[in-house]
Amino acid sequence: MIDIRNLTKDYGATRALDGVSFTVGRGEVLGLLGPNGAGKTTTMRILTGYVGPSSGSVAIENVDVGEQPLQAKRRIGYLPEFAPLYADMLVNDYLEYVAQVREVPQAERRTRIARVVDQCGLRDVAHRPFRELSRGYKQRVGLAHALIGDPDILVLDEPTAGLDPNQIVEIRNIIREAGKTKTVIFSTHILSEAENTCDRIVIINRGRVVANGTAEEVKAAAISGLEIRIGLAGATASEVEGVLSSLDAVTGVSPVAEVPAGTDVLLDVRCAAGGATDSAADPSRDIYLAVKSQDWILTQLQTTRQSLEDTFRELTAHPQQSANEEDT
Amino acid sequence: MSAAFFHIVGRELRATFTSAVGYIFSVIFLAFTGWLVFQNLFIASRAELRFFFELLPLTLAFVVPAVTMRVFAEELSTGSFEVLTTLPVTDWDIVLGKFVGAWGFIVLMLTPTILYPLIVGQFGDLDAGPVVGGYVGVLFLSGLYCAVGILTSALTRNQIVAVLVGWAVCSFLALIDDMLVFFPGAITNVVQYVGADFHFKSIARGVIDSRDLIYFLSAIFLALFGTSLAIERRK
Repeated sequence: MIDIRNLTKDYGATRALDGVSFTVGRGEVLGLLGPNGAGKTTTMRILTGYVGPSSGSVAIENVDVGEQPLQAKRRIGYLPEFAPLYADMLVNDYLEYVAQVREVPQAERRTRIARVVDQCGLRDVAHRPFRELSRGYKQRVGLAHALIGDPDILVLDEPTAGLDPNQIVEIRNIIREAGKTKTVIFSTHILSEAENTCDRIVIINRGRVVANGTAEEVKAAAISGLEIRIGLAGATASEVEGVLSSLDAVTGVSPVAEVPAGTDVLLDVRCAAGGATDSAADPSRDIYLAVKSQDWILTQLQTTRQSLEDTFRELTAHPQQSANEEDT
Repeated sequence: MSAAFFHIVGRELRATFTSAVGYIFSVIFLAFTGWLVFQNLFIASRAELRFFFELLPLTLAFVVPAVTMRVFAEELSTGSFEVLTTLPVTDWDIVLGKFVGAWGFIVLMLTPTILYPLIVGQFGDLDAGPVVGGYVGVLFLSGLYCAVGILTSALTRNQIVAVLVGWAVCSFLALIDDMLVFFPGAITNVVQYVGADFHFKSIARGVIDSRDLIYFLSAIFLALFGTSLAIERRK
């Protein structure tokens, strides 16, 4: 439904986007992830026609946003980060104004506003000025603003930023509810949120798409191997490292700081891909056999699954930083 | 002109009416012009509105930029500009909507001054021509100042900067006609033509000349066109 093709955006000498391409299907809920400054907001701003790309294009069902911005904007409800709405206006007045600008027919306007006010839980604050509302209510008014024209597409820039956990759940429920009938793109850096709410995840880092798929696919694609935690008694760290490093599957060994009682050495062993699903290639067998051949006592052997957080860090850490981390 | 234009006009009018700045400057304007008219009437015992109309270009040069300073600068600094431009509206809907909204406010602010000729007329023979001409001139003059004020507001996110630059430009337009002696003879005609005061006075004499109308309309258009470029540049 939305086709983002090869977007680049330069701000002066800084390249904010560097060839971003992805598509969003009808009815899909897509999470846009990435560290701060990765290009999420810029991508959304180009998609909603607020800024133009330096090159590349965005099409919404073959309507080019750059060429026919009005048609594109009619189909998009957009909430910028921090919901910067008119501070002096009453919530109800504001929603009425947006409904008018979005050409909601007069006859429908009242019921539409009432529905959105209910949907976003705004009844108590409908007659208060936006400026006086709490952060959570402001964000909900922002969602109401995006929903009021009943657009096919919702674009939400960090809708849960700065909210407390209860408010986050409320916002997430509204998004999920809206996602049943609409195409939703939202950005976040709360990864569990993306994992729970989205059909698909796109991770952007330094202006490039570094991952694109379901949460599971993204994790699978990013796993460069798996990690096995091994605890031993009656051994020294250097001995164990020496033995394990000689195994083919092992790509790195790093000690874990907190060693439980009864264990002398606790290590995280990184192994090359193969995967826990394929028992023949399971490196934990090799590790166990290697340990068994020594006079050590195995206290722990555990395959740790990679979380989306790990994937995210792996995909978005700057090469320089990760090099430094390995040094220390 | 889409329907959005009219709703933007409505919002701008409401926003100006609910802002303290709009009220404060309307009150200052009405108090000052009222004093001007009535001290002339009661102390100098002259039943005329000459001072009122003569000082309008300068008075409005002070009032209008203060009313228009928030028009874009506030939206740019709060970020609501992003919300506005991503609604299904064109840049011209926004620029013209805000212009007509601000102009409408100034015209409403000027409406009570119609009492001046009505009252002064009770005390002596007031020539209707210059009064009607004066009001026609004031419509165009305030339109030009609004357009200039909106342009300066679109160039910065700082309302103070917007109002200062607005005052500078509007008072230049108001005063340049009186400073022609400082310019070399060859260009005085050009400089005089650029000034708003010259054209306002010409209309206020009661003679509506197409040259003066062309001046105001093209100057308003230029300022609004500049505003649309300033908006475009933000994207």
